[in-house]
This record gives sequence, C-alpha cells and structure tokens, in this order.
Amino acid sequence: MALKTVASFLRLHALRPTVRLLSTSSKPDVPQNVSKIADFPGAKAPYITEIKFLNETSYDPIPIYRVLDNNGEIIDSRHDPNIDKDTLLNMYKTMVQLTQMDKILYESQRQGRISFYMTNYGEEGIHVGSAAALSPDDLVFSQYREVGVLLFRGVTVTELVNQCYGNDEDPGRGRQMPVHYGFKQRNIVTISSPLATQMSQAVGAAYALKRVPNNNRCVICYFGDGAASEGDAHPAFNFAATLDCPVILLCRNNGYAISTPTSEQYRGDGIAARGPAFGITTARVDGTDPFAVYNAVKQARAISVGTNKPVLIEAMSYRVGHHSTSDDSSAYRSVEEIEKWTKDESPIPKLKIHLEQKGLWDDEADKTWVKESRNIVVQAMQTAEKKKKPHWKEMFEEVYYEMPPKLQKQVQQMESHLKKYGEQYPLEQFKSD
Amino acid sequence: MANLLKRRSLLFTKLVNSVNYWKRLSSHFIYFPDNENPVEGDTTKMNMMQAINNAMDITLKNDPTSVLFGEDVGFGGVFRCSLGLQEKYGKDRVFNTPLCEQGIAGFGIGVATAGATAIAEIQFADYIFPAFDQIVNEAAKARYRSGGQYDCGALTIRAPCGAVGHGGLYHSQSPEAFFAHAPGLRIVVPRGPIAAKGLLLSCIREKDPCIFLEPKILYRSATEDVPTGDYTLPLGKAQVLMEGDAATLIGWGTQIHVLLEVAQMAETNLGIKCEVIDLMSILPWDEETVCNSVKKTGRCLVSHEAPLTSGFGAELAATIQEECFLHLEAPIARVTGWDAPFPHVFEPFYLPDKWRCYQALHDLINY
Repeated sequence: MALKTVASFLRLHALRPTVRLLSTSSKPDVPQNVSKIADFPGAKAPYITEIKFLNETSYDPIPIYRVLDNNGEIIDSRHDPNIDKDTLLNMYKTMVQLTQMDKILYESQRQGRISFYMTNYGEEGIHVGSAAALSPDDLVFSQYREVGVLLFRGVTVTELVNQCYGNDEDPGRGRQMPVHYGFKQRNIVTISSPLATQMSQAVGAAYALKRVPNNNRCVICYFGDGAASEGDAHPAFNFAATLDCPVILLCRNNGYAISTPTSEQYRGDGIAARGPAFGITTARVDGTDPFAVYNAVKQARAISVGTNKPVLIEAMSYRVGHHSTSDDSSAYRSVEEIEKWTKDESPIPKLKIHLEQKGLWDDEADKTWVKESRNIVVQAMQTAEKKKKPHWKEMFEEVYYEMPPKLQKQVQQMESHLKKYGEQYPLEQFKSD
Repeated sequence: MANLLKRRSLLFTKLVNSVNYWKRLSSHFIYFPDNENPVEGDTTKMNMMQAINNAMDITLKNDPTSVLFGEDVGFGGVFRCSLGLQEKYGKDRVFNTPLCEQGIAGFGIGVATAGATAIAEIQFADYIFPAFDQIVNEAAKARYRSGGQYDCGALTIRAPCGAVGHGGLYHSQSPEAFFAHAPGLRIVVPRGPIAAKGLLLSCIREKDPCIFLEPKILYRSATEDVPTGDYTLPLGKAQVLMEGDAATLIGWGTQIHVLLEVAQMAETNLGIKCEVIDLMSILPWDEETVCNSVKKTGRCLVSHEAPLTSGFGAELAATIQEECFLHLEAPIARVTGWDAPFPHVFEPFYLPDKWRCYQALHDLINY
C-alpha cells in the first residue's frame, strides 16, 4: 500500500512540469517560449522540458471486472444483468452440454474414432456470456475454442459431431479438420486454422455491415492471447479504429498458447492495454464469470452498433484442458495449477450455485441434464459414424464458383483411375453415384 | 518555295523520329495498341490508368455495396488510378487504409464475406507478400473450406507489377507464379487500356477472388480508343493477337508488345509468320487456345519478365509438352528474367527484351 502511494506520488511529481506548463498558459501576460500543445500532425500533446520514458509499470494494470463472486453471489446488485430465467438456464445448460460433448469427443479421438479434437474446458463462461449478449444476427468470426457460442446460437450437437466426422451431413463437406465449424444460417463464419487471419476479416465485415442502410448488426471476433501476437492482430486493431468499424474484438486470455505461457507471449499489461494505444474503447473482464462477460459484451454491442466504433474486451480465464488432442499439457505446467482453476474459479459451478440460490436449479436437475446431454452426444456420434462421407468428387468442387476445364480433366483422371484401382481406396465409406 | 517547305517538313520528320527514337530507348518495347474494339459504341482516348479508373467508376456507380481502398487511394493513388473517385462517391466508398498489406487483404476478404464488393489496392505487387497468407490460405480457400457457405468472390486485389525502367528490386517484380500455385485464385494481367477495363470489370464481378496485376509501365505509355460503355472480357481465355504458322509466341502484360515486335522482326528478317498469344489469365489459364496454336505451329516460345525457375512459363512448357508432344518440332523455349533479384542499373541486361526473344526464336526455327 505504502509502495503504491509512493509510486503514485512519484508519478504525480513527474507530471508537474506539464501541470506547470498548462497553468501558465491561462495567464497571457506571462511570456512563453513553448506553445501549449505541439503542432506536429502525428500527435496532440504538450511539450515538456524533462525527458519522460514510459514503461509497463507507468500505468496501473487494467482491472478485471467481475459480477459474480466464487460463491455465485452478485457482488454489486447494480450490476445484476437481470437475465430472464429461460436465457439463464440456456446459458447454464449450454455450458454443461459443451463439457459433456468435449469429454466424449476427446475420448473418441483417443480411441481413434475422430482424427482430432480441441476442448473448451474453463472457457465456457466466455462463450455463453458473450453469445447471450449478442443478437443472433451478429456475425461471428471465431478462432476454434468458442463452441459454446455455436451451441447457444442453436447449432445442434448433431451438426457439430457431423463436422468432426466429415460425413455427408457436414456443411463443410468433410474438407476441414474437426472443430473447424461454420454455419451460415447461424451467422457463424467458417473457422480456419491459420491464427488471427479472421481478425482483420472481421473488421472488413464490420465495415461492410456499417454501410448497409439501417444496420443493426455488429461483428464479434474471438481470438486467443497467443493469436494476438500475430501480425494480423495489429491491422485488426488499427483498421477497426481508423475506419470506425462496429466490431467487438474479444480476446480469450487463458494463460497459454499451446505450451507458451503469457510471460513469453508479451511483456505489457496483457492484450487489453493495447486497446487504448490503438484508440479502442477497452475493458478487461473475468472470463470465468458469465455475467461479467455478458455485461461487457452487451455494452460493447451498444457502443459498436450505436457509434460504429470498435470495442476490445479481454476475458481472463484459464485453459483447463490440453491445447488439443495432440498435446499433453502436463509437460509444461503443474497439476496443482490446473486443479485450482477447475475447482475454485470455474464458470460452471459459479453459475450453478447462482441458479440454485435463485431456486432455478438443483442437484437433481443437474444430474438429469448431465445424463441427457451425454446421451445427446452419444446418440449424435452413433448416427454420425454410420453416415457415409461425401462423394469423392466433392474434393474438386467449390474450389472455384465454376469448375475450370483443367480441374474437370482431373476429375476425369481420378474417375478412370478409380475404375481400375477402386479396391485400393476406401470407396465404401463414401457416397457413390 | 515548295522546295523549302518540303525540306522543312523533312527536317521536322527527322526531329520527330529522333524524339521517338529516344523515347523508344527509354523503354524496352514499342507499344502496339489494340485496333479492334470488343464492343460497339462510343470510344474515348484513354491511357491504361484512365481505363482502370473508368472501370472502377462504372463499378462504384452501379454497385452501391462496392468500396475501393488501399494505401493513398483517397487522393487518387500514387499512379492516379483512383483519381476523382473519392470526390464522386464519398469517403466511405473510396478511402485510405493504414499502411499494412496483410490488413488490406484481410479487410477486403471480410468486406466480401459480408456480401459487399471489395476492390483492394496493393501499392506495388512487390509489396503483396505480407498479404500472401491472407490471399493463399484465406481468400483462395474460403469457398472450398466452408462447403460453399462463405466465399470472398467479390474481392479483387489490384497491384501494379512489372518492369518500369528503374524500379530496382522492389518496384519491378512480377509475382504471378507465386499465386498461380494457389487453387481458388484467379490471376489476370492486361496488356493495355481496352483489355484492362474489360478484364478488371470481369474480375470485379467474377465470383472468385481475383488478383489483377497491372503492368505499371503501361499506365501512361499505352493509349487506345477505349469503349466508354460497360463491357467485360472473359476470364480464363487467351487472345490470339497475330496469326502465323512458324511458331507460337506466348506472353502477357508488357511482354506481349515485345513479342509482337519480335514477330514483326521475324517476318521482315526471316520471312516467317509467328502466332502471338496474350494469355491474359494466368490462373486458370486457357490451355485450349495455347495447345491448338502449338499443334498448328509445332514450335513454341514462352516469355515473361519474372525469373525462369518455377516461373509460369514452366507450367506452360510442361503442359504444352504433355498435350502437344507429337506436334513439337523443337524444344519449348523460355525467354525470361534471369534467376536473380530484379536489378537497378542492370535492367537493360535483365529483361527478356526483343533481341533475346528474337535470338531464341531464331534458334527455335533452325532447330
């Protein structure tokens, strides 16, 4: 405390030349050899006569907004989001459904039934909190760990599982790896693996939406703390600000990018501190608190749609699961650390206690829903597994709007090859003519 | 008196010729304007910069969703291609972006994803590489990976390319071959104003993302009577500019004018007629027109400014060899830039100029 006082005193002290400068300017009779605000086109700032270096400790860390405490109680009643009962239950049930789906699909990858999977453990609150605060018409650009947003929007477990199996029901036609979802009818833009590429795209989409007469839509773009280091994050922030785009840039800061801790990802005050530097309205929230995320995104949406300005939200959380099925996170972090975030600071128990306090939920209902949501996933998998994969010819389709002659020729080449060597290929798993 | 007049006019002709001579020396080619108009109707004299401006003007007028953006496009662009468009259509339709190519490409993809028409400008093709990831991994694959749910077909990326006399390493490159390896893209290079306007309008309206490479040396030097109305030229189609039976000369962009002159030289000096083909679309390219020509002539010379190794000429040569094997009377010749970065003071030695092309053609005929 004392240290802090000293620090703030020193900081005030450093401001003295500026204060002095500003105060003399109100007395026109005092001769001045410097103008109040410099005329450089690049920055509006006063001159000072002492050199002032700034570093990461020059500012207080951006505080973390929270609404719910660990006991599921609302800390300040003025911040109660007053979400209706059905939405609240939907938020909770979505999180549980997501966890159950993650568990089963993770295991099924382990058994070799799907090729790859990524879980969402620990970050479910960010998904449902933000999704509930948006309009279903808002366009979603996501990274890959935001499946709760899709579920909350009404994408079914069956649809998600179909994508993971790449069967004939997958709207992506089995072309991408599992968890690369995309659902046009739900305004979910298809996920791609290259990190952060969706960020500047989201900004461009927001610009296009802004130009639609009577626009009432915004764009939300999710990305991780690691992706924020990519080159593409920089123009996303900068273009969004300079071109006045109604976009919510939501960073899931879960402490890790695969094995890389945030201490090796950046040295500033997280991602949030970059927002004001780009001229972007910014907030940092507790990502394990669905209400805090909800309130922040709700306000961000109002700002975005109302003023065509971007908003940056950094949602702090912890990646409880492994990065993916190709990763064993115990190789670079302790079990105790993971435990802490699974028990005390997890969004699901927090919201559960809150719902119980409100009399909307109890253990019995929980047991039933866990069982039901497991069944939904198991059934979806059983059906998805039995479905054939798309016709092999779809490998050649949609490269272009119309298939060029050269590609048509390659289809014919493959066709005649399969006529001769068909038994060497898993044709029986694919649809046929 | 008449004698004096005659002498004077002769002197004047000499003067004009010498001026033209020096002008010719300043660039490595003579411009061959298009004589045929693709559509009926009024025409106006336009250089390539004006024709491109005109195509974008038509787009902005007819397509209310269309936007034009890039570095310095607001005041008209460093090559004046967007001159007057911001005044005409407003700052929200024609605007500057921050200086960041990956941002420009990503932003453009986003605009197109949301259903609007995006015309993005990369100031020089040499600076398109920061956007390589967005173009190759994102734009090219958007329709495919989403199963046709999303696409960015409404995106066109314009970039000035090619040699300009003194551009050095980073104002001279022809990067078409880098992108020709990315299924999902369309790559187009015009040879002059009429082609530029028609092809650009096609690119803008095409349902696939297009990279439109504009040979910058032609912006002002090439002038034609360009139709003032709205017209398009087909993508994926080559044009036979000169018919012949001795050899097929294939090129695109500025190099077309070099090849046309080489064909003239061959006719005058060797008494042979060459077929000159402007490929125009690099990806997907017109295999049919090219192979039909080579089957007829039996000899083929491909020429481009970009370096030889893995240049697009390699793709052409391999395909022609495969499709026209029994018709070929000589190995396919490739006359290209050397496998070196594009140099500053050595540009006259670097370019595949008419003398290098002529000698290669000579060897091809005598093989």
